[in-house]
Amino acid sequence: MTTLSVRGLHVELDRKMIVNNIELEVSVGQWVCIIGPNGAGKSSLLKSLAGIIPSTGKILIDGSNVRELSERDRACWIAYVAQEPVMPAGMRVFDYVLLGRTAHLKMLATESPKDLEIAHYVISELDLDNFIDRDVATLSGGERQRVAIARALTQASPIILLDEPTTALDVGYQQEVLELIDRLRKEKKIAVISTMHDLTVSGLYPDRLLLLAEGNVVVSGSAESVLTPENIAKHYGAKVTVITHESGPVVIPERSK
Amino acid sequence: MRTATARKITPFAWVIGAVAVLLTLTLGVSIGAVSLAPLTIWSEISSNLFGTVSNSTGSESTIIWQLRLPRVLLAFVVGAMLASAGCAYQGTFRNPLADPYLLGVSAGAGLGATIAIFNGSGSSRILLPLAAFAGALGAVILTYSLGRSAIAGRSSTALILAGVAVASLLTAIQTLLQQQNTDKIREIYAWVLGRLSTSGWNDLAIITPYILVCIIILLRYRRVLDVFAVGDEEALTMGLPVARARGAIIVAASLGTAAAVAVTGLIGFVGIIVPHILRLIVGNSYRILLPLSIIYGGVFLVLADILARTILAPQEISIGVVTALLGAPFFLFVLGSSKNGSVT
Repeated sequence: MTTLSVRGLHVELDRKMIVNNIELEVSVGQWVCIIGPNGAGKSSLLKSLAGIIPSTGKILIDGSNVRELSERDRACWIAYVAQEPVMPAGMRVFDYVLLGRTAHLKMLATESPKDLEIAHYVISELDLDNFIDRDVATLSGGERQRVAIARALTQASPIILLDEPTTALDVGYQQEVLELIDRLRKEKKIAVISTMHDLTVSGLYPDRLLLLAEGNVVVSGSAESVLTPENIAKHYGAKVTVITHESGPVVIPERSK
Repeated sequence: MRTATARKITPFAWVIGAVAVLLTLTLGVSIGAVSLAPLTIWSEISSNLFGTVSNSTGSESTIIWQLRLPRVLLAFVVGAMLASAGCAYQGTFRNPLADPYLLGVSAGAGLGATIAIFNGSGSSRILLPLAAFAGALGAVILTYSLGRSAIAGRSSTALILAGVAVASLLTAIQTLLQQQNTDKIREIYAWVLGRLSTSGWNDLAIITPYILVCIIILLRYRRVLDVFAVGDEEALTMGLPVARARGAIIVAASLGTAAAVAVTGLIGFVGIIVPHILRLIVGNSYRILLPLSIIYGGVFLVLADILARTILAPQEISIGVVTALLGAPFFLFVLGSSKNGSVT
């Protein structure tokens, strides 16, 4: 069973501390969600795990050091879906999904029939068959997320990082994408680390929440233990009521009288 | 279930390409002060290559084999290189306006070659392309780092502005050198305007090996160029060693450009015109664009050369003037349609 362990992770940009002393452990099949106010360092944390921005501290997969891996090997372990994935104009959905095989190809190689087969498999699995010839730049927000997730799945990495996968989506697409991620992590045994904006939504699917404030993890644990009016007042500066519902805690901002 | 395969050129497109190449080459050789029939041309070529009997007269034979064919082939090779270099720069910089000329690469190569000529290495068939290459590589690195750090961010406009600035600077230095060496100014001036040399097979023989190697390298990166389309950050997380791949592509494109520039002088806009017309027809995948840019870049420059030779015949216009006359309006068109530099 693959486990990602993060020990004392530290990110600095222009000599300013962005993320400080993060401890995190995720195994395949689990979903950890990072929440926190704007500017808390959520995206930076994810990007440092993806290798996009430099960081210090340990990032281990089953005990071996991720930093020693080449770009390709790292990508075989960790896939990343950006908050707003770049959708190059004129690229077909199929070609875009196929890009996910890059990690498994030598730099100057082209795809084998097996790579094409994997892309087709993921596409049908995500019900994107009717989209394969569409230009990715013409897709709606929800379709883009699904296509980007398809690309990450084609990468076949046991760990997937998702930066605010539902922020730009209306409630219908939001539910669809979250259900999809939840099904995939269970069926395919994938470890998911996501950031999320909407507190109520963040309590629905993930196993654990990490509340980040000014780069530090201030609270972590189950949705019930993290999403309390006290925590939210302290770190978001918001006055909220939290209602317990069978799906999870419901966070409602209070209107001032 | 609907299926798809990776993008590649269809056999039909290959056939069209081959026909276009043969037609333009024949046309290029046949047009001139003395018009030649296609049959005469091919029987002469066949006699030189395979020892068959030629039906051309002695003077026709000289015109074909010693004058026109090497020139037409030089135009083809240089056009193929400039167009594929432009195409590769566009892919790796994610910038539809990138072109060896506009990025300052040609000016850098020009400066390098000028310095070589003034130092008496101009006749050296090995040193000249190398000096041009050093200049080209220096220029593209300067342009890219300036464009990156510009306040405007890494928008396509910033990169092109940096390229224009670098090109102006290098051209100014080159002019300065020229004025101090007035004895060679004629040689340099003709070269700056861009010309397809008439020195028989020599020039072609010098640059073809360089260009062939560069084109083969670029072709092998055609899939990688498609990966660049998602941007550096996502490409990196997909396992592409972004810096290393970009470096290799820049070196190959710049070396090839330098080799072309060393012989023909500054010929601009080929790298924009050809890939862009192709984009409108076949889409944006570099797996298709790059091979087709090679084919039609060659075709384009052969046709441009025919124009240069015939518009004011018997006078010749510099080929660089022809490509600029065609390319500058086209550049404005692309600038207008690239949505204010929306590509990062």
